[in-house]
Amino acid sequence: MKSTWKLALGLASAITASTAISNVAHAEDLTLCWAAWDPANALVELSKDFTKETGIGMKFEFVPWTNYADRFLNELNSHGKLCDLIIGDSQWIGGAAENGHYVKLNDFFDKEKISMDDFVPATVVGYSEWPKNTPNYWALPAMGDVVGWTYRKDWFSRPELQKEFKEKYGWDLAPPTTFDQLKQIAEFFQKRQIDGKTVYGASIYTERGSEGITMGAMDVLYSYGFQYENPKKPYEMEGFVNSEKSVKGLEFYKALYDCCTPPGSSNAYMGEGVDAFKSGQVAMHMNFAFTWPGLQKDENVGGDKIGYFVNPKGPDGDQFAQLGGQGISVVSYSDKQESALKYIKWFANKDVQAKWWSLGGYSCLNSVVKDPKFPSSQPYAQAFLDSMAIVKDFWAEPSYAPLLQASQKRFHDYVVAGQGSAKDALDGLVKDWTQIFQDDGKM
Amino acid sequence: MLNRTADNVARATPEPLARRIRGISDKGLAWLFISPTILLLLAINIFPLFWAIYLSFTNYRANRPNEVVKNLGLANYRRILGDQDIWIAMQTTAHFVFWTILLQTVIGFTLAWLIDRKFRGHAFWTTIILVPMMLSPAVVGNFWRFLYEPQIGLFAYAVSFVTGIPPTNVQMLSNVELAPWAIIIVDTWMWTPYVMLICLAGLRSIPEYIYEAAEVDRASNWRQFWSITLPMALPFIMLAVLFRGIENFKMFDMVNLLTGGGPGSTTEVASITLKRQAFESWRTGYSSAFAIILFVAVFGLANIYVKALNKVKQR
Repeated sequence: MKSTWKLALGLASAITASTAISNVAHAEDLTLCWAAWDPANALVELSKDFTKETGIGMKFEFVPWTNYADRFLNELNSHGKLCDLIIGDSQWIGGAAENGHYVKLNDFFDKEKISMDDFVPATVVGYSEWPKNTPNYWALPAMGDVVGWTYRKDWFSRPELQKEFKEKYGWDLAPPTTFDQLKQIAEFFQKRQIDGKTVYGASIYTERGSEGITMGAMDVLYSYGFQYENPKKPYEMEGFVNSEKSVKGLEFYKALYDCCTPPGSSNAYMGEGVDAFKSGQVAMHMNFAFTWPGLQKDENVGGDKIGYFVNPKGPDGDQFAQLGGQGISVVSYSDKQESALKYIKWFANKDVQAKWWSLGGYSCLNSVVKDPKFPSSQPYAQAFLDSMAIVKDFWAEPSYAPLLQASQKRFHDYVVAGQGSAKDALDGLVKDWTQIFQDDGKM
Repeated sequence: MLNRTADNVARATPEPLARRIRGISDKGLAWLFISPTILLLLAINIFPLFWAIYLSFTNYRANRPNEVVKNLGLANYRRILGDQDIWIAMQTTAHFVFWTILLQTVIGFTLAWLIDRKFRGHAFWTTIILVPMMLSPAVVGNFWRFLYEPQIGLFAYAVSFVTGIPPTNVQMLSNVELAPWAIIIVDTWMWTPYVMLICLAGLRSIPEYIYEAAEVDRASNWRQFWSITLPMALPFIMLAVLFRGIENFKMFDMVNLLTGGGPGSTTEVASITLKRQAFESWRTGYSSAFAIILFVAVFGLANIYVKALNKVKQR
């Protein structure tokens, strides 16, 4: 009996001790919040090195893109402690900075000798700075991303199609450099039979619910001459947002939607675009660059069958692309800010950034992207580099959400539902945005 | 004799529970039991309602908790009532409510009437008809989204088979004209069984002897239907209309899953607008005012309707 008691006591002590040890081991576990997508899986792999080096465990909270903003903005607004580190969308930076959700990183960067000059300038402005173009940093550029295009290289290279195309349009069938060329190619492929299957011209963004159609239409509008505001007078939008050039850009986007997209593409964003391209439905596909590693590896459309090109030029030769991507920030409500900052320091390291790129993440560090070997490191590396050189971003104002909702409505009403004219849509947008800035006391 | 029986019954009746628990009256005990529910109701329903009423007079935004909250008076209400987009959303909602109720009532009552005939296998068919109602709206929404898919969806192929229109031209969710009907079809498919069940209960409650009397009077089937079946089932039909009307006024899940309010704003019902204002644009005060307006509208209309229903029942 005595021995049974001893055994029980011993077991109880062992369990208590192991629990205590395990609590110590996991006391510093960090939780990183991000969207559920391929780069997040690469980050999980990468972060194992951080745990090995520091002994700090990493937990991840990944949410699908459709709920990403809702979930994490709610978390931040309610001062939740779920996330110690967050990779938040570029548009959130203004709101997160003004509402105190993120830790300001200037002192930390100075102390650790992390220089923002070491990162691609567009990503620093897009992911880290608030107010924009001022040296106030709230995030470290983490995942560079930009809208670009993929095309079916194997279809483009077919001699019979090349011949037919040349006869019809008078130039060689090749990746387009202007939007007019892009439309001609899309029209050429629309409802064409290839290998016994009906194919279509292009997959473009038309999604209504979150940010899809805005991210797509802006690619065209920027290159046609759209500007968010008077460069000399902030928040003056009349004549810039709804300029003649902007109107033509929006008309072009609608024409592209009407002529050359697959049936039922009225609510397409990143996932639907990938599906359309992977299933061999479309000749060209607009999407963020993060999708490219996955498409490159795809057995049916990847490898030699896929090519990449930069968002084309507008009629006046202007060329811009919509910035995507995110920076990594320390959440100010976290109890583990020191460990979180350790992670940021580790993540900023050159070797870690090089590995990040090799695993499928898009590094924003100059030493990685300016390495002479970088353009040939992946088939899409050059297109990514060229695209990142021409980026523009949506308003990053604290009121970015209502600003985005307004453009989603105006663009979808015109482009997809065919209501009113492009001029009406952009005039309406100026009205909506003016009201939002007036509510904010900025006008 | 009677007195003795009454005494026996009184003796056999157990002493009230409250009296056995010292110091608590029957009324006190009742309050004790009911108070958790009342507290929960106050915390979950009543407090948020009053809080929303308060917020509706302010410029509060949930994503800016540090900002000073200003009292705007009736400005939010004025802005909503003067907003053309809100009125369009209300019209869209009214369109959905009207057509879904009409179709669900007509088809639901017809099905109930047929099932009530008690033909061979009627129990089996009743179960089959009830299946859509038992599914989750999320499942139904995604299921129909695939059915409506113009390239692979069975719906497009069925329409193509009947009409000869190429399936890729049957774009139910992308077409401005068709998208509202795509949602009406799904809602009708899902909720007609519910109306059918209520109507069936109404039909089954009609005493058989009334029909027997009508038979004796040589009333035709048509006459029996108009003079007995329909009037006696009418309170049940009206009850079904009330339930579906309130539900469809708040319709959200089906629209969100099928079209997300698009194409454009063609299917943007009031609840979608409310969600966008509250949780995407973060205009908490403004959206609270809109929620109050919707609440008052539903509450007011439902009250008027219930009065009409009571009048019909009293006839």
